[in-house]
Amino acid sequence: MVNFLARRPRNDEETQESFTDTPLVPAASVAGAALSVVIAIMTFLAALTASFALLLTQASHDWRGQVGAEMTIQIMPRPGRDLDADSRKVVEIIANFPALREARALSKAQSEDLLAPWLGAGLDLSQLPVPRLISVKRDDSKKLDEIGLRTALDAALPNANLDNHGAWMQRLSTMADVVVASALGVFALVLTAMGLAVGFATRGAMAGAKDIIQALHYVGAADSFIAGEFQRHFLRLGLRGGAIGGGAAAVLFFALGALSRHWTTSAGGEQAEAMFGAFTLGWGGLAAIAALSLGVAGLTGLTSRIIVHRSLRQLH
Amino acid sequence: MVRFENVGLRYGMGAEILRDLSFVIAPQSFQFLTGPSGAGKTTLLRLILLALRPTRGLITLFGEDSATLDKSALMALRRKVGVVFQDFRLLDHLTTYQNVALPLRVLGKEEPSYRAEVLELLEWVGLGQRLHAHPQVLSGGEKQRAAIARALIMRPELLLADEPTGNVDPVMARRLLRLFQELHKSGTSVVIATHDLNLMDQFDGARRLVLGDGRLHIYD
Repeated sequence: MVNFLARRPRNDEETQESFTDTPLVPAASVAGAALSVVIAIMTFLAALTASFALLLTQASHDWRGQVGAEMTIQIMPRPGRDLDADSRKVVEIIANFPALREARALSKAQSEDLLAPWLGAGLDLSQLPVPRLISVKRDDSKKLDEIGLRTALDAALPNANLDNHGAWMQRLSTMADVVVASALGVFALVLTAMGLAVGFATRGAMAGAKDIIQALHYVGAADSFIAGEFQRHFLRLGLRGGAIGGGAAAVLFFALGALSRHWTTSAGGEQAEAMFGAFTLGWGGLAAIAALSLGVAGLTGLTSRIIVHRSLRQLH
Repeated sequence: MVRFENVGLRYGMGAEILRDLSFVIAPQSFQFLTGPSGAGKTTLLRLILLALRPTRGLITLFGEDSATLDKSALMALRRKVGVVFQDFRLLDHLTTYQNVALPLRVLGKEEPSYRAEVLELLEWVGLGQRLHAHPQVLSGGEKQRAAIARALIMRPELLLADEPTGNVDPVMARRLLRLFQELHKSGTSVVIATHDLNLMDQFDGARRLVLGDGRLHIYD
């Protein structure tokens, strides 16, 4: 073999430029930057969709819990009956049921106030047969003997009617299920769009990689080495894009949470909070965003690996 | 070292573009592979490198039947072959030093372990002053020498060079030929694909493999 030592090499200091620090796949490229942007945008959208789906799921759970946690006993006015005495009797009966922890009898004035939104304020309702309402809160940790309660009420007060909100619950559950299913459906669509967009963007970014793959192959690099180099590079791009998109979604939710705390002082804010809950992601939401960001990075790396192997198969 | 027996190659259902190729490349031999443009010189080099599978015939590389090689055995054999591509195939984002060291790096060797060797080789091919230059700023001759150095760094038993003087002036062509001759003297078999008659005339002792009409004619 040729004696390469025929001449002395120049000063080694001149070669201190780090060899191993230069990645075999170029770190900076327009296609790579564009891929990171695509990943960031898609992760942001997917994280928002996932977070809204989680919020709606939580809110619907809260709606059901709140409505199911209360019952209403209605005492109808009948000739010869004292509604105040009947109300006190109901409270006594309820005290015998440990699964019912609180009974609040609305006074005549409070019951009439409930009609104000429909009939207007300032009317004399004394001549109207306005029923008396008693709001009862359940203790979820104990099982309620609802049949026993109805029997006790029927025996003591023929004009009392127990409403366990069953019909309302049924409608609310159906509506909540539809809302949650819609949110999950939108999330699935966004997830699919994200997978396709990231997959195609990765293929686009890999378009210029064929020369590198061939050069590495013909200098003796093993297929797994080449695939690993590209996978690492694209995994980094994916992680960067995912972190930007997921981070932006988390920051947006924190900002919306802070804003919603101000809004709750207004009537509109209360309605929004009742509908969507407080804009609080919690650990579950943050975990979902992190999982999305990692997932999209993994998808990017995997796509690049598949493309490298496909290119290499053509060279063998 | 390399043996072809009645090798033929066709693409798809077309006519054979190479047919009945039978020849041997002996150890420590030097040969020019020549023929008109489009005769199939690059294709034949790819067959020798086993980057293409013949449609018929037998190719033996370093005593191994190419038809029975699995992927890992194929890669091991290819590492004994250095290739200088017509288009160099240097990586633009790596320096000259990094490009030449690439075959060692992809094998997982640590940079300090091969630094001296790469520097010596770069000095030998006359690129000692261009270590940190990227291919974009190298001349055609410098790129060619970098590609040659990269092919030699693994100390191959066989060197295949595809039109290595195609992009350089006659002075540089003679200098490159001297490099190949020195390499040959050190024990490496050399196959240079070229249609440069002047280049071939400068090395009278070289064997000539002439491709024409899909067939190979050998002039020892």
